Amino acid sequence: MELDILLIKGLIIFAVFGITLLIATYSTYAERKVAAFIQDRVGPNRAGPLGLAQPLADAVKLFFKEEFVPANANKFLFIAGPSLAMLTACMSSAVIPFGGTLLIGGEYIHLQAIEVNIGILYVFGIVALGVYGIMIGGWASNNKFSLLGAIRAASQNISYELAMGMSIIALLLVTGTLSMRDIAAQQGQEMFGVSGMNWNIFYQPVGFLIFIICAFAETNRVPFDLPECETELVGGYHTEYSSMGMGLYLFAEYVNIFVASAVMATLYFGGYNFPFMNQLGLPHNVVTILGTVVLFAKIFFFIFFFMWVRWTLPRFRYDQLMNLGWKILIPLSILNVIVTGGAILLKAELF
Amino acid sequence: MTGNFFYFLTFLTLFAAIGVVASKNPVYSVLFMILTFFALTGHYILLNAQFLAAVNFIVYMGAIMVLFLFVIMFLNMREDTEQHKPMLSKIAAAIAGGILFVVMIAALKDVNTQMMQPAVFDSQIGMVENLGKVLFKDYLLPFELASVLFLAAMAGAVMLGKREPGEQNRF
Repeated sequence: MELDILLIKGLIIFAVFGITLLIATYSTYAERKVAAFIQDRVGPNRAGPLGLAQPLADAVKLFFKEEFVPANANKFLFIAGPSLAMLTACMSSAVIPFGGTLLIGGEYIHLQAIEVNIGILYVFGIVALGVYGIMIGGWASNNKFSLLGAIRAASQNISYELAMGMSIIALLLVTGTLSMRDIAAQQGQEMFGVSGMNWNIFYQPVGFLIFIICAFAETNRVPFDLPECETELVGGYHTEYSSMGMGLYLFAEYVNIFVASAVMATLYFGGYNFPFMNQLGLPHNVVTILGTVVLFAKIFFFIFFFMWVRWTLPRFRYDQLMNLGWKILIPLSILNVIVTGGAILLKAELF
Repeated sequence: MTGNFFYFLTFLTLFAAIGVVASKNPVYSVLFMILTFFALTGHYILLNAQFLAAVNFIVYMGAIMVLFLFVIMFLNMREDTEQHKPMLSKIAAAIAGGILFVVMIAALKDVNTQMMQPAVFDSQIGMVENLGKVLFKDYLLPFELASVLFLAAMAGAVMLGKREPGEQNRF
């Protein structure tokens, strides 16, 4: 019995890890296709049917390039930087519930790698660690442009983490729990008689807006990709990297996008819940599998949104970035917390 | 299992803490300090204080140490540019630290090391809900006073960083 549980848990952890990497791999392909669509081009179409083997070709190319370490670079930290970036990126998908429960042989199996009752704080902590990979790599390159990129990454992450934390606090006031599983389950309740529609976005629209802006900043995506701003800093923190060092940095960014999309879908857009999920009269397992499919559809939408924004908006100037973070988002998120608290008190008084 | 894990974490904590003091390169010192905080987070989880572990992780590892690393990278301190302290101050520091160590041993010598009592022990005391209740019911006044202290420190930092009326805008 004990062994069975370990085996099933191991399988789920392995599956979550594999899905994370697979989606990140094909995000690179999707990014090029989306860019091509927006710019009215064809995009990659040579490697395999519809260019589907393009990520493999990229990986082979990166592996066979020379792994170059600059003369005065700190060798250990130069290698440790991209490794750390990849490690922290892969850690956070562990607590995301990818579905409800499957009923197999009279046992309920949760489609979640690990359940911790401080799930949100875990994700938040791992996201906070993510900047070390960039900072260490940028510093170890012994290059002024890399160092400037690393410093920009650090100050940007710290500034936007504050607003992100505040928007999460407002969400926690509504949900009353820190566990990702409970938050996802709560959103499956009825709203106006429709089951599975009690999404947090209806209670926290401003909080979601702040959260998504901060998610763009934390993943270093356009319009907040100043750490790798090529018009000012050559290549930013990865100027000196070649071969797989570069590959790991780029790949970690796509893993981060996937995790950020999954967290947004779970916290604000109902997770694996979908409208009329309990009223269709389907068996338990079918509802769960449909829910997982719906969750991935939501995640893919957010990944597409990240790409859409990248190929539509220009990049901010650095002082504009800081002003947006400190003078607009943080006061707005504090106001959001106060208004949310007041609304909860008012509801408790009146109803 | 848990006992072995404790010894491993303790070894890691002490190793990293010695590394902070012993390494010549300031960036290595900061990285060792991050490792120390990481091991301490593990200790908090072993004590079943999950919230404290998460806060230690986010605030110390995720924010304060990033600022430390930021400052050290900004000053671009490297091994060869680091100033070497005179021998006298090294000896003085060693003696002062040693005396502190002796005081700590003297204080811990008579500490009551009785085992935990299962009858009165509450394993859920470190959970978020219980910690929140204790903070906002039993210790509300100290908690609020501490936040006033933080506010004062923040206001002070803003005042220090503010530009004087005649100063030029640097950007």
